Amino acid sequence: MIRDFSIVLENMDRLLVGLMNTVLLSTTGIFLSLLIGVAFAAALMSENRVVVRLTRALVDTMRCIPFLLLAYLVYYALPSLGLNFDNWTSGLVAIVIYNAGYMAEILRGVWAQLPRESIDAGSAFGFYGRNLYLRIILPQVVLAAIPMIGNQSIQVIKDTAFLMIIAVPELTHAASSIQSKYYVPFAAFISAVALYWAMCSVIEAGVRRVERIAQVRR
Amino acid sequence: MGAGVLKGGEWAIRRTGGSVFPAMTSADLISLLQGAAVTVALSLAGIVIGVPLGLSLAILLWRRVPLAQLIVKTYVSLIRATPLVTLGLLIYFALPAIGLQIGPVTAAILTLAINTTAFNCEIWRAGLTDFPKDQIESAQAFGMSWPHTFRRIMLPQVARTCLPALVNEMTLLLKGSPAIAVVGIVDVTRAAVRIGANTYEPLPPFLLATALYAAIVFVFVRAQRWLEGSSKAR
Repeated sequence: MIRDFSIVLENMDRLLVGLMNTVLLSTTGIFLSLLIGVAFAAALMSENRVVVRLTRALVDTMRCIPFLLLAYLVYYALPSLGLNFDNWTSGLVAIVIYNAGYMAEILRGVWAQLPRESIDAGSAFGFYGRNLYLRIILPQVVLAAIPMIGNQSIQVIKDTAFLMIIAVPELTHAASSIQSKYYVPFAAFISAVALYWAMCSVIEAGVRRVERIAQVRR
Repeated sequence: MGAGVLKGGEWAIRRTGGSVFPAMTSADLISLLQGAAVTVALSLAGIVIGVPLGLSLAILLWRRVPLAQLIVKTYVSLIRATPLVTLGLLIYFALPAIGLQIGPVTAAILTLAINTTAFNCEIWRAGLTDFPKDQIESAQAFGMSWPHTFRRIMLPQVARTCLPALVNEMTLLLKGSPAIAVVGIVDVTRAAVRIGANTYEPLPPFLLATALYAAIVFVFVRAQRWLEGSSKAR
């Protein structure tokens, strides 16, 4: 069984291509979903009740369906709306839509806990509307939400594995194709697990680093 | 690729005459409900194994059992980073390779249980660590043995504080459960995909599946409220 790892090493290029796809999907997915999440969080905290209701319905739907179901929906329903994406792009779209809901809920939760004083001080200095949100509220919210954003990012990395089912060539897909060609299930999937673990460790280290910076700033 | 893996090309989108509600037969509906039953049954099996096993592992961490502590920590750290799909494929293909013949159902339950045990262990550990020491000391002062103290003093209180987090993890497991399709299980998601492939109208079965997941999650959350209420009444 240990010898099987040398077969995986010989096919390292395929595994690395899968890894790069997972990294690319995850980082783009995390970044874009955070951007949309920022907008959704503002909508959730808005004073317009129609906006709040609509956003709440969208966010809650995302939070109660499995990612794979949404990925299928995006993959099969978008073409009927006239949008023809390839597997990779529709996978990315699914990641962004799904996680924007979670990111919005994380940011809203932290925002609701934010002390009133800094927001009041901001409005006293003449900040209002979008400027108040982007310059005063958002930096504090994002800094305080970093651990939760980190956890969600780990979730995003793990969710990308579902995309192998719609034939996106990501890490698990690569491991699976190596295993089916050479029949080295243990070595192939353990290598994939090790790479997932390494990616998550990077995120955890990043979160710890940002937390230290946040502590200094406080 | 695995027995249950669908290929992207298996599908073709053909709109049938612009009708919003296409021909989804009652047989389709039944297969969707059967899928829901499979999702619930396998997730429950994972939970029934994972909750007590997670507690046992958490006790090992909490009592600082030397070697076991290191093993449990590594296990939790690895599983936290492993996607359910990858874990499912590993179990389904690697166990037979070392001579353990397992079927899809066993593989699915193992996958879900191994995953949720790690997260439950973290939840229980946090609950045990936060438990006030003075209560344990006073129980000991009354001459209660350690197992007795644990059963009668700690567990009832820790279980109550951990309940919301445990139920939250159960809903996360439910949302991850479609991963077991890779070992060839037909759950709600997979049933919906099949119906969509037959009718060329993926939207209705997917929306129904979404409603079913929402209903299942809702039942779990209500059960949590009910359990919390009944444990407060005591």
